[in-house]
Amino acid sequence: MIATSRSPLIIVVHLSVLLLVALWTLPTAGLLISSLRDKDQLAVSGWWTALSTSSQNLTGRAASPDAQVEKDGKFVIAGNLIEGGTSKVSAFGVRPMQPTAFEVGTAADIGDGQTLTVNEDGSYEIVSPTRMEGTRGQRIFYTASVPPRFTLDNYREVLNAEGIGASFINSLTVAIPATIIPILVAAFCGYALAWMPFPGRAILIAVIVGLLVVPLQMSLIPLLKLYNGVGAFFGVPAKTYVGIWLAHMGFGLPLAVYLLRNYMAGLPREIMESARVDGASDFDIFVKIILPLSFPALASFAIFQFLWTWNDLLVAMVFLGTGNNELVLTGRLVNLLGSRGGNWEILTASAFITIIVPLIVFFSLQRYLVRGLLAGSVKGG
Amino acid sequence: MQQLLFAIFTMVGGVLACVVYFFGTNWLLDKIFPSKGLTGPQASKNLRITNAIRPWLFMAPALFALGIYLVYPVFESVRLSLHDRSGQQFVGLSNFRWMLGDSEFRQSIFNNFLWLLVVPALSTFFGLVIAALTDRIWWGNIAKTLIFMPMAISFVGAAVIWKFVYDYRSEGSEQIGILNAIVVAMGGQPEAWMTIPFWNNFFLMVILIWIQTGFAMVILSAALRGIPEETIEAAVIDGANGFQIFFKIMVPQIWGTIAVVWTTITILVLKVFDIVLAMTNGQWQTQVLANLMFDWMFRGGGDFGRGASIAVVIMILVIPIMIWNIRNATREMER
Repeated sequence: MIATSRSPLIIVVHLSVLLLVALWTLPTAGLLISSLRDKDQLAVSGWWTALSTSSQNLTGRAASPDAQVEKDGKFVIAGNLIEGGTSKVSAFGVRPMQPTAFEVGTAADIGDGQTLTVNEDGSYEIVSPTRMEGTRGQRIFYTASVPPRFTLDNYREVLNAEGIGASFINSLTVAIPATIIPILVAAFCGYALAWMPFPGRAILIAVIVGLLVVPLQMSLIPLLKLYNGVGAFFGVPAKTYVGIWLAHMGFGLPLAVYLLRNYMAGLPREIMESARVDGASDFDIFVKIILPLSFPALASFAIFQFLWTWNDLLVAMVFLGTGNNELVLTGRLVNLLGSRGGNWEILTASAFITIIVPLIVFFSLQRYLVRGLLAGSVKGG
Repeated sequence: MQQLLFAIFTMVGGVLACVVYFFGTNWLLDKIFPSKGLTGPQASKNLRITNAIRPWLFMAPALFALGIYLVYPVFESVRLSLHDRSGQQFVGLSNFRWMLGDSEFRQSIFNNFLWLLVVPALSTFFGLVIAALTDRIWWGNIAKTLIFMPMAISFVGAAVIWKFVYDYRSEGSEQIGILNAIVVAMGGQPEAWMTIPFWNNFFLMVILIWIQTGFAMVILSAALRGIPEETIEAAVIDGANGFQIFFKIMVPQIWGTIAVVWTTITILVLKVFDIVLAMTNGQWQTQVLANLMFDWMFRGGGDFGRGASIAVVIMILVIPIMIWNIRNATREMER
């Protein structure tokens, strides 16, 4: 299209876009990969090493002296430090300060004439000239190379133990009605503003354009007071699903009305005029002609509203309770950030569950999303 | 599961209620003022009346919800900002006087201005550059989709993603956050990025830039494609190089769209809340207005006066853009 596309500069373009794409996707990729890793590996090595064998310093304990057997006049405890794994031991020791004092295969003198041998496959043998005493086994420190391990355990844990599963249902409960109910309300209003002449129409449209940017913060305190008042008056809880559905509807309406009005105003006038000549009323025209034709705009708005209600934290924190059957995913994730700040296996898996639904919506309906963005920002687009 | 059924039931109920309302009022209107089957002045009079009433019937539910959830709160917030913590006692401008002397508020205003300077500028810049670059390569659409993707991720989800990027382990142990790993690999010292005052603001801004660049890119990409081909061809014939074409021919033609993108992101920046709450909750001098407002809403049982006055400050910052938007929209409609 432009001169540069034929010059060697095109390689630079390829490389810079590649770099930018990498910058934009790597953080999410890191989260996804980490959420699938074994939690012990996740805690000690970066996600970019997930496919390579990692070297870990581990601690094991030999079987207790009860397990010793007498062999050739000596007492022997034998076993394996690694259960069923494919890890390889490279060095071992018996003091926390010197975890790699001995090489595998060598016999380490551990006092009282006892010797300890640890082999590469994790099998160990303690040999003593006398019967060993005590109830606890010898502690063994060792360095092992652990092959990469991927698991769904993290997901299993957060879905059940951390309440992410319940919150997933709560988020759906908030998002579905909050997405669907405003559509019809906004569509009728958009039609009136686009095609029905009445005094004050231009002012109303200007007001709605203004309301598009009113910060949510302005609404929080008055509505909190209002909800508390209504709750006290009727003797019902102030924080309910009905309350948050209505709040999301109110906050989403300016965009909905604006998008739909713009779209409907762009429909050809002839369609409506020929229908009117045939004796159709405004109501018929709207229901039978405009509404079906506006499907792309309705879909755009529905996607916006769904993403916004699913991803919302602020409205849910103010208008919905924090009980197990009310806390939404974003709220739960903030709580986990506080209480499980260092447990990355919990955080990564939880975060991925909260973003998976919007990502599916995004990838399957991207077309409508882009169209909606263009209509909402570039006026008349 | 039960509550999900309840939600779907409500949704169906809500939609049905809307249908009944619109259909019912419309039917009622035609019953009271019939125009079909009548002739003469009565019919035209009835027609005039129904045509005057019908738009309001169509708009009533939307206007009612907008009134309760957005219009009334604006006035009520202004009123509350002039009252004490419980909203009972009129205190004049004392909330605003408190604000000027409050170091946390001044910190927030300072940080908000930093955000306003950096985030819209960088998001728009990256969006423009990516839009221009991806137009020239065959896998441009794939690249765009991937860069657009963070737009679908919640601010809290993004905060977790980036907290993992910034994760800090003490020196000597293996870094699992990629930023510190890179720093260490290049021979530097690992840092707890979130706790370095002033600069930590920028680490938070990165998250919003990461999310918003895709938005800027999509809009600007469409605008770039709308540029008439002839202007570019003429520049090529005159011997302009790629950079000259981009900065002197293409960018000036899409100033309007750049301004729309810039202001849209500016509004978003003024309301930024989730990212700060999830990453630092305002610690280490990263407080911003929206988070401070939320804080005062509940701090010590809630101080509605101070909370509302902070909201009013955010509103005042938004007003210039609001006026600009309204003027643009009105001009657009007159055309």
